[in-house]
Amino acid sequence: MSQDLVLYDEEFQKIRQALQRLLEDASAKLVFLVDKNGQQIAAVGDMSSLDTTSLASLTAGNVAATDGLARLIGEKEFSILFHEGEKDNIHISIVARRVILVVIFDDRASLGLVRLRVRRATAELEAVFDEIARKVESQKVTFITELEGPFSEITDEDIDRLFSE
Amino acid sequence: MTFINYAQREINCKIVYYGPGLGGKTTNLQYIYDRTPAPSKGKLISLATETDRTLFFDFLPLELGEIRGFKTRFHLYTVPGQVFYDASRKLILRGVDGVIFVADSQEARMEANVESIRNLDRNLKEQGYDIATIPYVLQFNKRDLPTAVPVDEMYLRLNIKGEPTFEATATTGLGVFETLKASARQVLTELKKK
Repeated sequence: MSQDLVLYDEEFQKIRQALQRLLEDASAKLVFLVDKNGQQIAAVGDMSSLDTTSLASLTAGNVAATDGLARLIGEKEFSILFHEGEKDNIHISIVARRVILVVIFDDRASLGLVRLRVRRATAELEAVFDEIARKVESQKVTFITELEGPFSEITDEDIDRLFSE
Repeated sequence: MTFINYAQREINCKIVYYGPGLGGKTTNLQYIYDRTPAPSKGKLISLATETDRTLFFDFLPLELGEIRGFKTRFHLYTVPGQVFYDASRKLILRGVDGVIFVADSQEARMEANVESIRNLDRNLKEQGYDIATIPYVLQFNKRDLPTAVPVDEMYLRLNIKGEPTFEATATTGLGVFETLKASARQVLTELKKK
């Protein structure tokens, strides 16, 4: 079974900084990071008109289907997907084999520029995810102890309350 | 795979509705969507064919309020039930936290139910899960139909490990929330163990 993804404030801020830099450097409209299972990790940019939860889920579905296609023809993965629209375009790439980086941009940017900036951001993000992986490995015990904090005491009443509202 | 975001104090869990074609998985989601007040639900996304058969998945994000100071979000997915969409089903099971099996109560669909459970077992294994240990709830849907097989008989044929089992008529909503609640309970209880 794949391991649960746990994100703490320190790494979260680093991820946001990397995304913010990419947003500005690439003149993009929106940049976000999604787990391969469709959970949104972080997003920066103008999100007012966008349903980012659906965007995350569909992106993951898209990448999963493309992964399936890749394997069918003997490729490990297609690491970049690009969708071109009339006004807006979507650039999708895989980071650290586990998360998906999505950049939405219009004609203020070019595909070449986005690809270039994405490459740099990918290296930065990979470093952060390596760090997370190392932390999880070296502090497994600590992590588990911290996890026990809020969740070990979940009661039936807590769960009932979720559905009563 | 539960995603716990300490920075934003959120727990995200994924529940997948599984079962044979035309069994009512999408109808379950549709009812939950219709009955959930706006701030708690996101858009219901259906990737379906022109004849409303699920092609890839349906997706409904639900926000159920806070538990121990953490916002709990459930992402509900359905798989396409038709046999030939097996590749898509496998993809949707990735990162699943809990499975709800929607069985069709009609006599003529009993074989399809059994085959779909076998298929679920196989596909879970491929993703590194075990049906014996994963949070799992069984629903007998379409109880309102005259051809519905008696519950005891269905239980004998389809219940595999004493999992919580619910009678339902998804079109009217009977049993829909009970099923979801049981699954959410299992998934959150799993968190306690970790």
